[in-house]
Order: sequence, then structure tokens, then C-alpha cells
Amino acid sequence: MSDLSPSTVWTLVLLAGAGCYLLKLAGLSVPAAVLDRPAVARVASLLPVALLSALVAVQVLERDSSLTLDARLAGLAVAAGLLLLRAPFLAVVGGAALAAALVRLL
Amino acid sequence: MTAGYRRRVLEDPGPSIPPEERAGIVRDGLGVGVATGAYGVSFGAVSVAAGLDVWQTCVLSLVMFTGASQFALVGVLASGGSAPSAAATALLLGTRNTLYGLRLAPLLAWSGWRRAAAAHLLIDESTAMSVNRRSSPTARLGFLSTGLAVFVLWNAATLLGAVAGNALGDPRTYGLDAAVGAAFLALLWPRLQGRAAGQERVVAVGAAAVALAAVPLVPSGVPVLAAGAVALLVGVLRR
Repeated sequence: MSDLSPSTVWTLVLLAGAGCYLLKLAGLSVPAAVLDRPAVARVASLLPVALLSALVAVQVLERDSSLTLDARLAGLAVAAGLLLLRAPFLAVVGGAALAAALVRLL
Repeated sequence: MTAGYRRRVLEDPGPSIPPEERAGIVRDGLGVGVATGAYGVSFGAVSVAAGLDVWQTCVLSLVMFTGASQFALVGVLASGGSAPSAAATALLLGTRNTLYGLRLAPLLAWSGWRRAAAAHLLIDESTAMSVNRRSSPTARLGFLSTGLAVFVLWNAATLLGAVAGNALGDPRTYGLDAAVGAAFLALLWPRLQGRAAGQERVVAVGAAAVALAAVPLVPSGVPVLAAGAVALLVGVLRR
């Protein structure tokens, strides 16, 4: 749970939102030659994979700057199972939440 | 005369799209909009669980309008990360849209205010529904119908999810904290499928390991950024 002040969160929302817009606009505006170098293109395409994977790991295992095994891991396992079954996004997310809530009830 | 004619052909937006094809493109765009709009509900719920209020959640969906970056921003805040690390993670994920823009720019061929307005709709889905079209008019139609459908439904769904999440109360009771990891896994999943995804799997495993190793050592939010270095390393060294 975040303990930032509302004005900090507002600033973050607006500035990061503007930044994401400028990244989109830059793509439609700058000459394509900027990305012609294969290494740049490879890094740019692998970056989301690295960040998303790190976010999965940290979201599921971190609590107060240390690693913890708890109900979230059960949620993630259920999510992976549902993804293998090609379930839709909402079912994957809802299934994970439900599994974690059930484990906490036990 | 020939040169003039050729120039006119190049600038010409092309023949008008046959009605059936037009209807098909719009229908596909709406279908994608409904599908992704549905996951806006989970974003809204996860965002209020992370500590944003309903207004902040809705404004974030309106101005940022790129799902993975939004989930990342609230995810980093939820785990106690600082505002700068939340912003940096969202922006790094947003560079993906820059790549899409580079590929779409010659196809969409918009300039001025049209380009500035279209940029806001530049996301995974609008790119997927326009990048393989053969002409500018069909690409533009695919881009706009998908982008607008997702925009409307994503924002309506965000509001719905945020209000529902607010009414639910403590997120841990309902396992909403576990939903964030599941959302990231679902976003990552398609990139790890298929025979050509070997390099992606190496990066995913390496990045998760780096992030977990960094958790006890650095402030919250920074481990995810540190994991970005894995993409840098693999992208530069492998060919």
C-alpha cells in the first residue's frame, strides 16, 4: 500500500502520463533510421520482457523489502495454470485473486 | 507530366475501401475493444488497492492510456516503491509504443494535429490491428476503430473496477494483491510462447533472478529497473 501524499500521486500520474504520450508521439515523428541499428531494436523489444518478468517476481515474493512465501504464490500458480488453458485475461486475474483469498481463509 | 502523375498517385490515400471490408475492420476493432476493455476492470480494482483514489485511477487511464505501464506504476507504488521509480518503470515499458510508432508512421502517414491526436491511441492493440494492412486507408481504419474502441471501453471499465474495488475494502481479503502478479504474468505470457522465444525466456528468467536478488539490497521499485539491465546485456551481446 502506498503512503505517498495525494499531491505526489497526482504529480506522478500527470507527469508519467505525459511522458508516455511523448514516447508514443516520438515514435510517429522521429525518422525510422534511429532504430535501424539491430542491437537497439533487440534491446527495445526485450525490455518489456525483462520488466514484466521482474514485476511478476517482485509483486509475488516481496514484502517490506524482503522475500516472503505467502498466498500470492498460490495465486500466481493458478494464474499460470489458467494461462496454459488459454483462459481470458479477466479469468486469469480473477482466478489468482480468488485462489489467494481462499488460501488466506484456510 | 508523368512525374506529376506519379506524385499524385503516391499522395493519393488510395481507392476507397469496399463496404464489406470496411465493416469487417470496424467489427474486429470493436471486438478487440470489448476484450481489452474487460481487463480495465482489473486495472481499476488493482489501482485503488494500491492506494490511488478513484479520480487518480481514472485520470491515469485517460492520460497514460497504455495498460502495462499503468499496471507497473500502481504495482511499484503498491509494494512501497518511490514515485520516481514508479514513473521510470512506466516510462521504460512505454518505450514499446515508440517502436510501434516507428513501424506505423509510414503506413498511417498522418501529420500535424492528426498525428498528435493519433499518438494517444498508439498501443499494442491498435498497432496489431493496423500494422499488417496493405494500404493507408485500411491501416488508418483499423488503427482508429481499434484505438477508439479500446479507449472508450478501457476508461469506462477502469471507472467500474475502481468503484467496485473501493467498495470491497481491504484488498488482501480478496486476494487483490495477488491479482497484480497475475496481471503481469498474463501480459508477459504471449512473449514467451513459440519456438522463436528462446531469447525471451532467458531474459525473463534472468530478469526475475536479478530483481529478487536486489530486493533486500535496494529501495522498493529499484529491483525492477535493475532487471531492465538484463535486456540491455542480452540485446547487445547476443545476435
